[in-house]
Amino acid sequence: MTDRSYGTRLPGMPSESLPGKLIVIEGADGSGRTTEVALLKAWLEVEGHAVVDTGLRRSDLVSAEIDRAKQGHTLAASTMALLYAADFADQLENKMIPALWAGTTVLADRYIYTLMARAIVRGASREWARELYSFALRPDLVIFLDARTEILLHRSIGKYGSLDYWESGMDLSLSRDLFESFFLYQDRLSREFDWMAKEYEFHRVDANRFPEQVHVDVQKLVAPLFGLRAAVTAPPRPPRTARAAPPLSRGPRRAASG
Amino acid sequence: MPESPSPTHGFPGRLFVFEGLDGSGKSTQAALLGKWLQSRDYRVFFTEWNSSDLVSGVIRRGKKKGLLTPTTFSLLHAVDFADRFERTILPPLRAGYLVVCDRYAYTAFVRDAARGCDPSWVRTIYSFAPRPDRIFYFRVPVQVTLKRKLASRSKINYYEAGMDMGLSDDLQESYVRFQSRLRAEYERLAASDRFTVIDSTRPVEAIQSDLRANLKPLLDGFPTGARLLHDG
Repeated sequence: MTDRSYGTRLPGMPSESLPGKLIVIEGADGSGRTTEVALLKAWLEVEGHAVVDTGLRRSDLVSAEIDRAKQGHTLAASTMALLYAADFADQLENKMIPALWAGTTVLADRYIYTLMARAIVRGASREWARELYSFALRPDLVIFLDARTEILLHRSIGKYGSLDYWESGMDLSLSRDLFESFFLYQDRLSREFDWMAKEYEFHRVDANRFPEQVHVDVQKLVAPLFGLRAAVTAPPRPPRTARAAPPLSRGPRRAASG
Repeated sequence: MPESPSPTHGFPGRLFVFEGLDGSGKSTQAALLGKWLQSRDYRVFFTEWNSSDLVSGVIRRGKKKGLLTPTTFSLLHAVDFADRFERTILPPLRAGYLVVCDRYAYTAFVRDAARGCDPSWVRTIYSFAPRPDRIFYFRVPVQVTLKRKLASRSKINYYEAGMDMGLSDDLQESYVRFQSRLRAEYERLAASDRFTVIDSTRPVEAIQSDLRANLKPLLDGFPTGARLLHDG
């Protein structure tokens, strides 16, 4: 892969290009990222490629501080954004780059884009967020799992038994109603993902479907990077697709989402 | 009567920043100035470059385990400063205080640049911190700070000496090299950011009297605590 960042050179970064490939899977909570990362990892390993997967907020360095800050809810937007950036930088430098350097494929379950979107909807400017994360490596491929908010809602309830406080953006005080807040928050995030999709060359995949079907499209995007052919065909369609989910009443005063 | 907003940053308070190498005498001068302002009945808030609880643990842990890179080092200090800025510097500035800062964002610009971070990146990160009304830069030769340090018998700190940068195995030698880098960065900023340069090899009293004279025009008409009580 190339060793180019988004504009800011990391101190101590080797000038030779890194042999490993960096593939990013982005998407909202409930878009099926984690499942897709697992399927992709299994497939690439069977094909003989060494793969590590990374997620956000898994570094040893500051994860405890992030958890603590979340308990307190008192940090300013810029402070929180910087704390997440420190965590990301730690993973990038101590985990992703060494792996890429060793020729390993890195599958990133979310990357700077989620962090930028979260910071921006909490008051940071797009310019500031863009520059803050300009030290990040430019991935070889960014796949954006695109799912409608209604689908995300069902999956979120299925996953947590309710709606998650943070994934509903309750800290933003958009609405005291968790359900209403979830829609408002996801709308705002998707507005940010929209401009990033162009600027950062996202490859959108329709994630309103079953994981096996999504995986077929993802494989088609990934295969050329490894000189592979997407071997699988779509599995037989289950009797009832996710699209058949009953329409939801989202209540009054709903702004149309993009 | 509310104060007129600062022409520099727009807040009703005023922000005076003291910058310079360790051992340049800036802390002594900042403390003296703070006392003088208080004696003149101004509402004064004084703050030092200390780590907040938030990240001091991480920084300590990270240093011990050698996990910190220039980028994470820079970002964690930015977290720390952002937190202190929001909590302790911004409120008095908005409330119309004279805020005296012993070190400010420029300390980070200088240190991060010396560690190899891209200066324009560091600038953007700290763009939440407004430009102060005055930036006093205490110019001093590195050898003088070393002499002061040895005379006071305080130990040279590992990071202050930039020992993590592998400039030299000898602590004193590394200190001189690293502090010289910091000084070069300060000198660059002194020009680009219009620092008020103070020759710090002069006697304490002479410097203090210059500082007071320099601030006089900024303080003219600025309300004192007593006046605020009458008007409020």
